[in-house]
Amino acid sequence: MASRIFGSGIKRREDPRLITGQARYTDDFVLPGMAHLAVVRSPYAHAKIRAVRTKKVAAMDGVLGVFTGKDMKDAGFGPIPCAWVVPGSETKTPPYPPIAIDVARYVGNAVAIVVATDRYLARDAAEAVEVEYDPLPAVADAEKATGKGQPQLHADVPNNVCFHWKVSGGDVEAAFKSADVVVQERIINQRLIPNAMEPRAALAQYSPATNEVTLWVTSQNPHIVRFLLSLDTGIPEQKIRVIAPEVGGGFGSKIPHYPEDSMVIFASKMCGCPVKWTETRSENYRGTIHGRDHIQDVEMAAKKDGTILALRAKVWANLGAYLSTASTGIPTILHGLMLSGAYDIKNIHEDVYGVFTNTTPTDAYRGAGRPEATFMVERLVDLVAQKLKMDPADIRRKNFIPPFTDGHAVATGLTYDSGNYVGALDKALAMAGYAALRKQQAELRKKGEHMGIGFSTYAEICGLGPSQVAGAVGFGGGLWESAIVRFHPSGKVVVMVGISPHGQGEETTFAQIVSSELGVPVDDVEVVHGDTERTPMGWGSYGSRSTPVGSGALMGAITKIREKSKIVTAHLLEAAVEDIEYADGKFFVKGSPGKFKTIQDVALMANVAWNYPKGLEPGLEASAFFDPPNFVYPFGAHIAVVRVDAETGEIRLERYIAVDDCGRVINPMIVEGQIHGGIVQGIGQALWEGAVYDESAQLLTGSMMDYALPKADFFPKFELAMTETPTTVNPLGVKGIGETGTIASTPAVYNAVMDALLPLGIRKLDMPLTPERVWRAIQSARR
Amino acid sequence: MYSDNFEYYRPKTVSEAAQLLKKHKGSRLLAGGHSLLPAMKFRLANPKAVIDIGAIKGLCGIQMRGKTLWIGATTTHADIAASPVLRKACPVLAETAAQIGDLQVRNRGTIGGSIAHADPAADFPTVLVALGATIVARGGKGERKIPADKFFVDLFTTALKSGEIVTAILVAPHGRHTAGVYAKHPHPASRYAVAGVAAIVELKDGVCARASLVVGGATANPVVITAAETALAGRKPDGPTIEKAASAVAAAIPDPMGDTYASGEFRVHLATVLAKRALTAAVERARG
Repeated sequence: MASRIFGSGIKRREDPRLITGQARYTDDFVLPGMAHLAVVRSPYAHAKIRAVRTKKVAAMDGVLGVFTGKDMKDAGFGPIPCAWVVPGSETKTPPYPPIAIDVARYVGNAVAIVVATDRYLARDAAEAVEVEYDPLPAVADAEKATGKGQPQLHADVPNNVCFHWKVSGGDVEAAFKSADVVVQERIINQRLIPNAMEPRAALAQYSPATNEVTLWVTSQNPHIVRFLLSLDTGIPEQKIRVIAPEVGGGFGSKIPHYPEDSMVIFASKMCGCPVKWTETRSENYRGTIHGRDHIQDVEMAAKKDGTILALRAKVWANLGAYLSTASTGIPTILHGLMLSGAYDIKNIHEDVYGVFTNTTPTDAYRGAGRPEATFMVERLVDLVAQKLKMDPADIRRKNFIPPFTDGHAVATGLTYDSGNYVGALDKALAMAGYAALRKQQAELRKKGEHMGIGFSTYAEICGLGPSQVAGAVGFGGGLWESAIVRFHPSGKVVVMVGISPHGQGEETTFAQIVSSELGVPVDDVEVVHGDTERTPMGWGSYGSRSTPVGSGALMGAITKIREKSKIVTAHLLEAAVEDIEYADGKFFVKGSPGKFKTIQDVALMANVAWNYPKGLEPGLEASAFFDPPNFVYPFGAHIAVVRVDAETGEIRLERYIAVDDCGRVINPMIVEGQIHGGIVQGIGQALWEGAVYDESAQLLTGSMMDYALPKADFFPKFELAMTETPTTVNPLGVKGIGETGTIASTPAVYNAVMDALLPLGIRKLDMPLTPERVWRAIQSARR
Repeated sequence: MYSDNFEYYRPKTVSEAAQLLKKHKGSRLLAGGHSLLPAMKFRLANPKAVIDIGAIKGLCGIQMRGKTLWIGATTTHADIAASPVLRKACPVLAETAAQIGDLQVRNRGTIGGSIAHADPAADFPTVLVALGATIVARGGKGERKIPADKFFVDLFTTALKSGEIVTAILVAPHGRHTAGVYAKHPHPASRYAVAGVAAIVELKDGVCARASLVVGGATANPVVITAAETALAGRKPDGPTIEKAASAVAAAIPDPMGDTYASGEFRVHLATVLAKRALTAAVERARG
């Protein structure tokens, strides 16, 4: 039976193979004669590489080769390209060699590679490589790195400033002058480590006979990786095949084209055999991108009645030691353009300094730029409310952009698609039982207990995006999507897509769409993704774009299939094409629903073409591309309720209410799953997670023993609901839901803790809100 | 990732294991592998030989032997947590086991491995010292019984002599008016104890006949808070008395350890609060 397109929570077809361990990840692939690569990484944050002694190790039994950065360069392997250079910001793009040459710039920077017949042997051999370093002074803090006398990372980047980007709208100066109240804050949006469950891996098989290479790699966007590899490996794009088999989570950390992708190709070429590299968790903590890491000086101006007039910010964004693939776009386009949030703020100005430091490169991490914007706005709104003694719900309601369905322009230049922010807030307040909660809080406060209620009413930008805009903002690619729908003679369907889901469930939702729109049982639809040779060009899965953009392409192909099927049906039923209609998997003659052909009938005839319209191409296959006219802007209202133990500083999350709006909902179960995971990840930032570097830029939180990822038992049952405000940006009216939870939940929980501590006069704490930080704040407040 | 440059043995008896330990210099014992393997992966431990004692019969189990509880060294945390014998005779031990790591860790990790490793943030050392447990060790020169408070010598260092293997832990079962509580602030990443406090209280006619208070997590080894025990002995354990006893924690830990998550000062503070809570709960229980 065909499935419904909207609202049907069918189970994820991906899950049985994932849960039972039958899925095949990159590391599961074993090729005949395959060798293993291990990376020698710098233990210093900044050091001159005086010598890499490879001879002794190269002579070890089972070692096939030891190579340095110079070896790769000499073999024609160029620097890793940066794929996003924000225009008008004097962006510097210093070379990012896959293996450091002369200077190592962060702990974990590759300085040599070893290839051996066995994985353990390769690792032991890598440990035996002697590298002579001259340690140099290092800097990990982005603001500090721009100061006088600080270590300089790259030759042509004075004061380590990679770019200075600005966004302006309205008249900020005048707005601040006319304001009744101004609040100021320094917000540290701390560095996070993405921690996908599957570490990265790459396996290359190079064929000297044809100069072709196949790369199996943990990627969210194999087509982009192929494109970038063609720029730095010297192998032409048509000779590169990139396969992203099962990918165990990414959260953005598997967007970049990484040095190891080039290393395994180089090694396969040099050693004449397939070469695999699989990251250890320790390597993952140092060698895979980190996220966030902003220092933000922010201020907000408002009138006495709570009307927000303006927002001004100066941000130091830590880029790490080199520019990762999308690095410069995250703290600029995906951050600065979203400073309005859900509010009608007419005057906005932000300066963003992108800064190189001796740390692991940063790039997109779930939410990517928007959490840093949302936290800023949501915190400032609360601070204004405190100053004016307003209820945080009331000030939000007062400043929301009123409900709109056909576009709303904000001060930063974006036009939001659709929104009903007050609708989401009202629903969340009702679910929370807000008045009763405040009453309970007042009673507890009388008893000296600390309960807090926190809000986050966010709007975010995703569904990346219109390709013209991508080009205008310096992204080095398009952002459209593609799909091919192919019917086999038996009526079964293969759908090939350019997106590359890695946990999001589009194998299920896309099958659901095809099933509903073409009338085939959902189990008859196979969704193929993640292989540049089996799928049409597409830009991959990130920025919550797979469904909003990918389904646009899919709907295009479905429409073409329907149109062609009508022609075939008209021929078979000896009717006029204009008289053929479609409903529930049947093509019938208008007015006589008994006279019909099923899609399976059409598929068989189109494939055999025995009795077929003259001049019509045989086969039932259509391909389509979809370039959305705008981004999509999901939104919602989250409310957190916490209790703080003043004696120990421990925080207990008592309730979490989330109302989200991602337009039309295809599969509610999958949407809920995305929201759950997102909320957990965002609360991780508020309460537990944070990468810590010491003065010499050594990573102190280098493993899961020290870096606290959220665990299931840290949370209460979430109370979720949806509102549905469709978008006009794509055929199905759907918005992305992959990142909203992460974007919303950090400020909701942070604001709740601050609300709990308000009677003590505490207005600021740095994240994560560890018990010690809370306890110390309480101690000094009581003094 | 650990080196594959080591030998692996799986002896069948304790004496065979002891011989292997003696023969292979720099060898390490492997029980549940939850301390040794992570250390090897970080290459903090690089043993020449790994001697897996998992196949030795008679090292595992929980029994009442006469008037003493016998717990085999390779008994897992999960088995201790679920043991009906312990739940009745010494519930605090079962409850402590249930607070270790997560389910996977508890299914693999062993009590003998935990104490032989002597991690300052481990849970069992604190409770065993508070319970006045005895560690049974066997080496080339036969069996030796070591009181728990003499067993933990320094950071990751025990009183075990070279070639000695922990075979069992002996604990006296609780009397009718004795109760114990282990209160812990787990590290959110590892769930090791940032501070862990064991309180054992014996009441006689509403008066504290004997109390034991031990703090782990803040120092290299568990610290017995003697002043607290004295403050409670012979007194009615009411709120102010408990508060006073708990306040003795700070003076007993003048030089606490700290890390990026919790400073030494905060650990001592946590231990003080946990001591108060553990003593209060233990008294409550002992009253029945």
